[in-house]
Amino acid sequence: MPTVRAGETIRRSDRRLGVAMLAPAVVYIGLLVAVPFLLAVFLSLTNSSAGSLNFSFVGLQNFRSVTANAVFRRSLRNTFVFTFVSQLAVIVLGNVLARALMKPFRGKAIARFLILMPWAAPISLATLGWLWIFDSTFSVINWILKVVGWLGPGEWYYWLGDTTLGMIAIITIHIWRMLPFSTVILLAGLTSIPSEVREAAAIDGAGTMARIFLVEVPMMRPILTVAVLFGVVFTFTDMSVVYLLTRGGPYNSTHVLASLAFQEGVLGSDVGRGASVAIFLVPVLVVLAIVMLRSSRQAEVV
Amino acid sequence: MTVRSPVRRIIDVTVHRATILLFVAFAVFPFYWMVVTSFKQNADLYVGASNTAHDPFIFNMPPTLEHLRILFGQTLYLTWLSNTLFVGAAVVSITLLLAVPAGYSLARLTGRWGERLSIGIFLTYLVPSTLLFIPFSRLVSLLGLQNSLWSLVLIYPTFTVPFCTWLLMGFFKSLPKEVEDSAMVDGCSRVGAIWRIVLPLSVPGLLTVVIFALTLVIQEFVYSLTFISSVERMTVSVGVPVALVRGDVYYWGSLMAACLITSVPISILYNFFLDRFIAGFTVGAIK
Repeated sequence: MPTVRAGETIRRSDRRLGVAMLAPAVVYIGLLVAVPFLLAVFLSLTNSSAGSLNFSFVGLQNFRSVTANAVFRRSLRNTFVFTFVSQLAVIVLGNVLARALMKPFRGKAIARFLILMPWAAPISLATLGWLWIFDSTFSVINWILKVVGWLGPGEWYYWLGDTTLGMIAIITIHIWRMLPFSTVILLAGLTSIPSEVREAAAIDGAGTMARIFLVEVPMMRPILTVAVLFGVVFTFTDMSVVYLLTRGGPYNSTHVLASLAFQEGVLGSDVGRGASVAIFLVPVLVVLAIVMLRSSRQAEVV
Repeated sequence: MTVRSPVRRIIDVTVHRATILLFVAFAVFPFYWMVVTSFKQNADLYVGASNTAHDPFIFNMPPTLEHLRILFGQTLYLTWLSNTLFVGAAVVSITLLLAVPAGYSLARLTGRWGERLSIGIFLTYLVPSTLLFIPFSRLVSLLGLQNSLWSLVLIYPTFTVPFCTWLLMGFFKSLPKEVEDSAMVDGCSRVGAIWRIVLPLSVPGLLTVVIFALTLVIQEFVYSLTFISSVERMTVSVGVPVALVRGDVYYWGSLMAACLITSVPISILYNFFLDRFIAGFTVGAIK
């Protein structure tokens, strides 16, 4: 009996200590993530502007005027197009690259370092590099296209002055940036598959394609989910690439939700409108969070 | 396993090397372009892509250090770097103060509800800056912190603390429980055991968190762009793209030098700690 009681008191004091050690972080996150999140929802229902602290409640008026706006609808579509196309490419290319990196070869450590650079470099500075590559007069891509004869005399690509070309440029940067991230995550998944599984599949007569799609892909599903979810979150909510590359132009045709929210809420000082544009990010994030929670619970059960 | 013919083997190896080379070229090209641009003379740089006789990939004239001289002598680049390091140091300290106790608590002291809470904390990492910058701009002006680096010190931990707590929790869980237990049997209190035994054993984990938080601070763009308006108070990720462009004129040589000098050290640091970061992202998904 006494030993049990002693054990219990230690556990109780541990529990108290646990709460005390956790409290600062939880309070901080509560005050500076949860409250601002609710404030974002609240502001979207007001006519608040950056200059003054006075505002009144306008209900859903911001949402009505925002959704009626063609630029908003275009940016909503762009956000989904950029995310979907770039993440599809990233998952396909990431699998190819991760498989290539599985094999031993000379200079592998250097190759891995170089492949990782786009993910480690600050996004704003990397985008600046691409801005120079896509420059209207000096674009090296145009030089190559001229040399190989794709662009004839007098023909020219104004990468950032044309909607389609601008969208291609934006998607290229997203692929370039997220590919390293997905690759290293998929690589971690691939290396976690025991070699016996591969051998067993080979003995049972499975070809390479059958092995990849019937054995490895199902086994890697949790890790594929992680790679896709983070990739989607980072691409879907990014404004740096669009803001620095095209500023949403030409004629607001390449905006995404995040860059439009910045244009309306910060540059245009219409806080209410900006907040209501940004709120449209939330449903997708909620869905992603639920998927993530479910897959983490599955991983626990398995 | 089937025995493959030598021809097939050579083809396989070639395809493999070509694949790796192609991906490396794609990843590195913008950085290579930064290097070339940083050291080219203007007359070699601004030729125009329609002149196919002029090869832009190589130095057609001797390289120059002029762009670097302009960057360090006539711009605020060094000020931006020191601003960034100031914010970085402050944010790293706050992150350690909040995330180390929280990570330990979640790993050892809270049991079942702590596990649920830890997933909740991790999910806050997914709340993007592009959703919060509008309410934060209100908060920052309410506190009188607009155009002050302290606004960034206050707000950056919102994205460093959740992920670092998660990383440290995983790290503390991987230490054997007996480490503290034996110290506590020897008369140490729990706090004493953490201070004297656990933390010294956790230096690699703490270092990972320091590097991760620091790289996130250097990379951050949205909050810094929103809250800081004076050129001399900008951080490097905003100062270079916003203030290094004078009027409508882009000084590409100096710009690319600034991008290169900032990016390469971070990439090297990041590479050393990569495996730990990945472990943080994939907890639970790999068995």
